Parts: sequence; structure tokens; C-alpha cells
Amino acid sequence: MDKSEIIVVSRGRGEKGNYVKPFLKGLQYTLGNFFKKPITVQYPDQKTARSARWRGLHRLNLDEKGELKCVACGLCAAVCPSQAITIIACEEAGDTRRPESFEVNELRCVFCGFCQEACPKGAISLTKLYEYVDYSREDFLFDIARLKTTGEKWNS
Amino acid sequence: MNDLIIIPIIKLLVIFGVCMLFITYTTWLERKALGHFQLRYGPMRVGYHGLLQPIADGIKNFFKEEVVPDNADRAVFLLAPVISISLAVMLLAVIPFGDSFTLFGKRIDLYLANPSIGILFILGFATIGSYGTILGGWSSGNKYGYMGGLRASAMIISYELSMAFAVVSIIMVTGSFSLVDMVAAQHHMWNIVREPVAFLVFLISGIAELNRTPFDMPEAESELCCGYNIEYSSMKFSLFFLAEYTHLFVFASLVTTLFLGGWHGPILPGVVWFFVKTFIVIFLCIWIRATIPRLRYDKVMKLEWKFLLPVALANVIATGVVLTLFG
Repeated sequence: MDKSEIIVVSRGRGEKGNYVKPFLKGLQYTLGNFFKKPITVQYPDQKTARSARWRGLHRLNLDEKGELKCVACGLCAAVCPSQAITIIACEEAGDTRRPESFEVNELRCVFCGFCQEACPKGAISLTKLYEYVDYSREDFLFDIARLKTTGEKWNS
Repeated sequence: MNDLIIIPIIKLLVIFGVCMLFITYTTWLERKALGHFQLRYGPMRVGYHGLLQPIADGIKNFFKEEVVPDNADRAVFLLAPVISISLAVMLLAVIPFGDSFTLFGKRIDLYLANPSIGILFILGFATIGSYGTILGGWSSGNKYGYMGGLRASAMIISYELSMAFAVVSIIMVTGSFSLVDMVAAQHHMWNIVREPVAFLVFLISGIAELNRTPFDMPEAESELCCGYNIEYSSMKFSLFFLAEYTHLFVFASLVTTLFLGGWHGPILPGVVWFFVKTFIVIFLCIWIRATIPRLRYDKVMKLEWKFLLPVALANVIATGVVLTLFG
């Protein structure tokens, strides 16, 4: 029988005591770790960098005149997989279409970013803000006033 | 009057206070060092680098709700942590912390008591202290606790033997049971040089007696989810925890006293040397805990009965032969 075919299930007496060297090696390794700098990020004090494409809370963008870019076409509400966006359009004669109410439920939102992709006017975009806490569910129903100034509450 | 009452009371308070502070901060050191061994920080938020963490933990545990399980043996359940902590603290009485010095014309020894059987006192009371662990596990009416208690009793029975035999060889070398005499006998040469085998056996079986990680059978987190203290909450848990660290401190100071020359050392005063050496031994225990995973139960027993005990016995015989021939 070839030696390579033998499967060793129990080692001989001589090899059994061979744990002193690995033990010392292990001690050496952990002591090496002890003097290294920990890799932990002290989160609330230190923050890691966000990716440029990070998808956080929504924001409604304004044009040069300070009015909403949104024309209430409803594409974002249509494409939203979790139906987090509710738009009521308002059309007056001689004026551009604008949303009467634009509500984003941030608790339903899955932050897929489809609304941002679908918008023909570049009116809605996702910020990099990912730290948001509040006291009630209603606080996460963002209306127009809130969406214009997303992030000011927690960033200040 | 002064010599009988006031000085011992002051000594008692100072020794108890300093040791308890040291022990409390051992818990901080353990968490901190374990963190750094694993490239973490450990406690960071309470005080500078978590320095107030032990105090915060103590206050928290003090105000938590006491829970006694319905099917627990109530009296024993309440008694177990008391046995654990009181017997652990009693061990501090016989440890010689430093050289004697003269204050206001009075000679003051830095130990509370120097019984002529000091080392037997420590071995005996440390073993009785483990009744706290065993009874705590058995009385809590929980199968995990019960298993923990069973394992604790098996561990104590086994490892006590090799520990005692390691101590026997030290007693043979120094010719005394008193810890103070043992320290005095190491003035020129530490016992670790004379008895390296006994040192290793004592260290290994001591770590096993303390139920620390390579041998933490009674409280194996992953298999018994905390073992003997699973049903304990609030201050009762704190007492177990404190007893465990008191035992660690006493073990470290015993290693210092028996093998590392006690408080002997150049330049610095004896007390400082004592605490430095104790600290090093405690750090070694934490280091080993951070390195080695828990052994399987049967291997723990095998290590004791088939390796440590024969080695300790052979060491006692060899010490006897050498002492008879050359001593």
C-alpha cells in the first residue's frame, strides 16, 4: 500500500505532546496584537467616509428662483417599490404644475434611489444623511417644508 | 490596647480597601486588555478610557432587581454568593504584602495574620470557597446551573491535588508552612529558580481552580450559557463576580509569594514590588485567556490526572531526593 493512501486517525505518542510550541506561538501572536493599534472606529466620535453614491434621506431641490423644481409628474411615486411617496398635484392656469403636497414616508422607504433616477427634472435627490432619530412615527412623514431643508434638524 | 485593637483595625481597613480597589480595577484591566488583545478598545465611554466603568457597573448592579427563581432552593440560593465572597476575602488576611516597618515607634507588619499553617489555611479556605460555586449551581433549579455546579466540583476535586503537591515541594524547600517564612527564605534566590516544574504545575492548576478560560468548565458560555451563575442577578451576581476576581488576586499574590520572591526586590519598597509582581501574574492570566480556547471537558480531566498529577508527584519525590543528598 502506498503511503499516501494511509489516513492517520490517531497520532503516535511522540506527536501528542507537540502543543507547547503552538501554544507559545499563539501567546506571541496575541501579545503582538496587544501592542498594535485597535482597528475599532469609535463611531459617534469618529466617522468613516461615505461613498459618493450613498443613498440617505430625501431632499427636494430648488431652482435658481428658489422654487421647487418638481412638476408633480408622479414618476417617482409610480416607480417607488415601497410606495413611500404620495403626491397631490396642483395646476393653475398660467402657472407651471407644482405639487400641492409631496410626502415621503421615510419609514417605508427602502432607499433604493429609483425616485432619483426616474425624476426628469432632477427635483428629488438622496442626501448622504444616515443618522436620523426622532420621537414619533409622524416625524418621519416628510412634507415639502421638511424635504426642502432635509438634514438641518440633525446636522445642527 | 492600641496594639490589640486599633492598629489591626486600621491595617484591616487599609488592606481591605487597597485590595478591593485593586480587584475592582482588575475587572477593568481584564476587559481592557482582552479588548486590546483582540484589536478592540474595550470600555471607552465611562470616564477616561473607561476608567470609571467598574464603579458604574457596581452602581448598576446595586440597583437592579433581585430575582429568585420559583424552583430554586431559596436558602441555599441566597447563601451561595455569601459563601463565595466571604471565604475569598478571608484569604487576604494571611498574605504578606510587604516588609515590616516602624511607624511612631511601633513595628508594623504588612499582613493581618501570620498563622504557622498559612499556606494550608489558604488551600483549605480556597476549596471551601468553591462550595459557593457548587451550591449556587445546584440550588438555582436550572439545568445549566446544575451542570456548572457538577463540573465545578469535579474541577475542584481534581486540580486541588496537583496544586497541593506543587505547594508541598515549596514547603520542602523552605521548611515552613508560614507564608511570611516562605518570603523570607527567598531573599537570595526566588523559588521559581529552584522549583520551575512546581511553578508551571501551580500556575496551570491555579488557573483551572480559578475557572478561568482554558479551563472555565463551570461557566462555559457557549455550552452552559454562563453555568453556575445563570440564575443570579443584581448584587448576588456581583458578589460571585467579585469573589472570582478576589480569587484571581489571591492566586496571583500566592504565585508571587511562593515562587517570585514575594515582596523582595531592589530599590523600590516591598509593597510596590509585591503589587507589580501580582499585576504581572494577573496580566499573564488574562493573556492566556485571550490566547487559548476552552479545552474539552474530558481533556481537562486527562490533563490533570494523566499529566499534571504525575508530574507534581515526581517533582515532590525529586525535590526530596535532592534535599536529602545535597541539603
